[in-house]
Amino acid sequence: MWAGMKRADSGQVVGIDVGGTFTDLVQIDQATGAVRLAKVSSTTDNQALGVLNALAAADSDLAALDLIVHGTTTTTNAVLERKLSNTGLITTQGFRDVLELGRRTRPQAYGMKGDFRPIIPRDLRLEVPERMDAAGEVVVPLDENAVLTAGKALLEMGCESVVVHFLHAYANPAHELRCAEMLRSIWPNDYITMGHALLSESREFERGVTAAVNASVQPLLARYIRHLEAELKRGGYRSELLVMNGNGGMVSADRVAEEAAKTVMSGPASGVMAAAYAGRAAGVENLITYDMGGTSTDVALIRNAEPQVSNETEIEYAMPIHVPMVDVRTVGAGGGSIARVNAAGLLQVGPESAGSNPGPICYGRGGAEPTISDANLLLGRLDPGHINVEGGVSLQDVRSIFAAKLGDPLGLSPEDAAAAVIRVANARMAGAIRMVSVSLGADPRDFALFAFGGAGPLHASALAKELGIPRVMIPPRPGITNAIGCVVADLRHNYVRTIGTPLDNLDMEMLRSIFDAQTAEGRDMIDGESVSLRSIRSVHSVDMQFIGQTHLIRVPVADPGISRADLQAEFEKVYHDRFRVDLAEIRAAVVNVNTSVIGERPPVDLSTLIDPAGRAATMAEARITARPVQFDAGLHQTPIYRRELLPLGATLHGPAVVEQMDTTVLIEPGDVATCDAQGNLMVEVAR
Amino acid sequence: MTLDPITLSVIQAGLLQVCDEMDLSFSRAAFSPVIAEANDRSDGIYSAEDGSLIAQGAGGLPVFVGTMQYSTRTLIERIAAGITAAPDPNDIYIVNDPYLGGTHLMDVRFARPFYRNGKLYCWLSNTGHWPDTGGAVPGGFSASATAVEQEGLRLPPVKLFKRGELDREIYQIICSNIRVADQRIGDVKAQAAALIVGEDRLNALMDRYGDETVTEAIAELRTRAAQQMRAFIAEIPEGRYESTAWVDSDGVVDEPLAIRLTVTRKNDALTFDFTGSSAPCLGPMNSVRATTLSSVYLAMRHIFPEVPISAGAFEPLHVTGIEDTFLDAQYPRPVSGCAAEVSQRIAEAVFAALVPALPDRITAAPAGTSGNFALGGHDPARNRGFVMYQLSGGGYGGNADHDGLSNGCSTIGISKAPPVEIMEQAFPVLYHHYRLHEGSGGAGQHRGGFGLDYMVELRRGQAQASFVMDHGRFGPQGALGGSDGAPNEVTVYQNGAPHVPPHLSKEQGIPLGPGDRVHVRTPGGGGYGDPFTRDPEAVRRDVALGYYTEAQAEAEFGVVLSGGKVDAKGTLGLRGTRR
Repeated sequence: MWAGMKRADSGQVVGIDVGGTFTDLVQIDQATGAVRLAKVSSTTDNQALGVLNALAAADSDLAALDLIVHGTTTTTNAVLERKLSNTGLITTQGFRDVLELGRRTRPQAYGMKGDFRPIIPRDLRLEVPERMDAAGEVVVPLDENAVLTAGKALLEMGCESVVVHFLHAYANPAHELRCAEMLRSIWPNDYITMGHALLSESREFERGVTAAVNASVQPLLARYIRHLEAELKRGGYRSELLVMNGNGGMVSADRVAEEAAKTVMSGPASGVMAAAYAGRAAGVENLITYDMGGTSTDVALIRNAEPQVSNETEIEYAMPIHVPMVDVRTVGAGGGSIARVNAAGLLQVGPESAGSNPGPICYGRGGAEPTISDANLLLGRLDPGHINVEGGVSLQDVRSIFAAKLGDPLGLSPEDAAAAVIRVANARMAGAIRMVSVSLGADPRDFALFAFGGAGPLHASALAKELGIPRVMIPPRPGITNAIGCVVADLRHNYVRTIGTPLDNLDMEMLRSIFDAQTAEGRDMIDGESVSLRSIRSVHSVDMQFIGQTHLIRVPVADPGISRADLQAEFEKVYHDRFRVDLAEIRAAVVNVNTSVIGERPPVDLSTLIDPAGRAATMAEARITARPVQFDAGLHQTPIYRRELLPLGATLHGPAVVEQMDTTVLIEPGDVATCDAQGNLMVEVAR
Repeated sequence: MTLDPITLSVIQAGLLQVCDEMDLSFSRAAFSPVIAEANDRSDGIYSAEDGSLIAQGAGGLPVFVGTMQYSTRTLIERIAAGITAAPDPNDIYIVNDPYLGGTHLMDVRFARPFYRNGKLYCWLSNTGHWPDTGGAVPGGFSASATAVEQEGLRLPPVKLFKRGELDREIYQIICSNIRVADQRIGDVKAQAAALIVGEDRLNALMDRYGDETVTEAIAELRTRAAQQMRAFIAEIPEGRYESTAWVDSDGVVDEPLAIRLTVTRKNDALTFDFTGSSAPCLGPMNSVRATTLSSVYLAMRHIFPEVPISAGAFEPLHVTGIEDTFLDAQYPRPVSGCAAEVSQRIAEAVFAALVPALPDRITAAPAGTSGNFALGGHDPARNRGFVMYQLSGGGYGGNADHDGLSNGCSTIGISKAPPVEIMEQAFPVLYHHYRLHEGSGGAGQHRGGFGLDYMVELRRGQAQASFVMDHGRFGPQGALGGSDGAPNEVTVYQNGAPHVPPHLSKEQGIPLGPGDRVHVRTPGGGGYGDPFTRDPEAVRRDVALGYYTEAQAEAEFGVVLSGGKVDAKGTLGLRGTRR
């Protein structure tokens, strides 16, 4: 282990991200900067197979690797597809339906339909006599016989894991602790999740669902990781396997299943971590990340090089997972979003998507609805040479469908209809991105847009213009950003302590001691991991509100010893920036005290993601062809460049198209892009 | 010149965006949980000429669909008539008068003139539900008020902000007439700031696309929305569709109130004729014109959610026959039940009339009550007064695709219910159970969703319980052969003795002491389609999960179970005989 630690500074580090469609790999030799990349199909039933395929595709010598960091969608898919392990619930008498009743909502504001399946079915939710009140005082003692009876009943019904979830356990966990202790005597494995253990906060539905998700995915994740470890070992791998958590930090494979719920959002989080890392290296610390894929688009906010973290993620309707995770919001359209003319005669893009199967027309899998990707193709933004000829689809087929379904009803040529699809899609995506940033208290104009995913770099410049964002950053390998996130991620532990105290009465020494205790706990956790680190640092914040409010606003705290007056001033500033409201009449309160403890790994040089030796000397050599491309401002004969050939420091004036293995970058007329020393394309957006 | 449809789409998205940002800003900065958590608010843009709706946020409370165009129109008329002072830049008017285009008194509207180049271009307006506006009962939901004065403070349109400055004098008058006034300033500033956010965003949109283009787009979008609604209406076979929906009673006189509706589809318009509905009532279950119209609009939006909210969408919808009924109450009729209860029954009437014509789009009747239970008293342990609200959901109607959702929000709301743990932290109560109202979903091929069943005990001190609910006498209607959902049941246990309110789910000021309990079982949704055609396997599962008893499976669904399995022969026998 110690040898491994030492080698990790100079050795071979591999990041592998398993996504819905592709498994991506990046391997970096930290001594030489040599990079290997691989993109293989994901294997949904056994993700380990895809991981091994990727390693094989990259020709990686497992015995020579020093660290593998893995991002997985095992838990996310299990939850979304409800392919969960058989899980039982033992809860307070009278409250077994909490997980099914939810918070009295519906999926959409309009339309009284919808479907909801509770994460644990009713017959596996059993009650036992016990009751705490809100002060944590026992109202009804725990009926221990009933616990054993319930536990045995669940085992008989085939449960593999169990949740113990009692009312007000956050105030007094004694009954949960005792119940879990008794269950251990009869339960054949460790898969016992206590409600208060992951989230010690009130709100029984959210806490219960979080615990139920954890229990339901725990055996699956544990089995998967054990299997993967064994396979890697068989291939000769001798070092540590780390797994990405949804908070953007990584955790050793041995421990990851204990808090399996934290790995939900593992993939999207690592993409955001990669963006933060790349931004820091390039000196761009405020970013909106924009990850546009085939079916959806993920957006997140990075401030001062720190991704925003939320404790209140809801991964689908009525499925809250309240553990700290990178705040990634899914918005609007993906490349497969379908365009149609609605009954008002207006062009509408989405929300329906062709998905990846059949997908856009140009995939040649039988798709017959015009999509965003098809529009990009018709406009020459995507290389028409890449159209799927095996499926027997031609550019003319795409044109005909655009003519019949959009052009004729709108009175436009197929190309103009395609341009309209792009305009409408961009307007909607821009609106959605704006809502995300505004809801997080940020004005998009103060940020750069970090574009990745297969389709992100095609739309980024136009979106930035729409949003008033001055600059777009496109990393060297937009299509494998999540895997890069695995390579550069740090160790990261988040702590939240709820104090709910008026600022006037707050003992500032106590605040400081909470920050210090959170830092100490995080350092202990990090010291337990066998990974070499450059430094350990803490980032503090408090969640505040005016007394009487329910919503919170996050106030960064640079100095844990901050004075009361300074904290008041900081709060008022943040609040006014967000809401344009000053409220001298009402006092402020500090609700949550937050610390992220970050074990920073040694820096990884990303400038070799595109081999510097392979770059051309001049722009002329990087230019591979030219073709007519339709922009908002009209048709332009547009030079096409090869990304891998672009000289460092080169400047491109839009219109231009830059093609690379994993994506296509569109530079709008008037925009100016430079290729920086890290290999990023920095696009200055024309006003 | 005519605008290209693309610019139109883009401006349409931009206008919606302005409203969405106002909604978000208002909720996040507000203090009252009813606004901040329950989103009982709405923001929109209204024309300068007649107040007609240009755009409204998608996240606004459904019952406010369209209401603000009436309050804005009244404001414009009063300004023209010289009754209300003419606007200056940065003014904000306040109004909550139900009879001037409102709902109930608690819904307080702000309106801000929006100027372009020194000329009034349009109005920005929002509504927020204030937790109290005075009156006999904390919170304003009096079950037995007989005049609006008993319900709270009524404000005609007056300028609360004059050229950007809060009028402290008017504000003090308001504060002296409402409960928990000290925190109201936070909501007032949040509500006003949302309009300023809207002004900034609308200015940005107009700067970007030009005033002429935006003006033209607004007119064209109105035409297009009407066209879109007409196209959807054309899906409905021509003819007349009738329904009746019942309000249990008005809280004062124990007699049912009827909503009699005839919907006629002719050409590409719908007429909603309410002739024959009950006369204005003595108690607070009256509706006012704006709320009645809005209830029809929100029902249509539930049916055709694709059509964006704008005045154009309402053009092909004609409402008639409400004069002299309780759906068009005049001063001083009490109205506190209009937005929370009567509006939902109007929506139910619309659903019930049109479900045979649009069986794929419309569900059987949802629970259709807000489940408003208020407990006000004194907590000796904390030595202070308290007012607790429990709003609860109910089952939704079965539909062509699914069984109904359980414990869904009211038809006219979109809010979350507070967790039991939060209620017990804040108030001297203990919940004995909080579970599904078993058996409450109306039987059907797709059954209704289940209501909520809760029992709560007062732990200490003295308190008074009040209920303004409905559907206690009649369950939510089944559709296309489905059975009705179970009705609302309220029982109060005083010293262990059960008391059922004479009006079933409405009563005010029931005294409670320590150990006394309130037991509420909210309605289940109506069933959809013949229950005897429900998949016997689905019925077996419902019984295994404890949703229904075996006896109910036989009686309601004609499914015989034995030893936890479907008795195919017995089932065939039962189902065969009824045919």
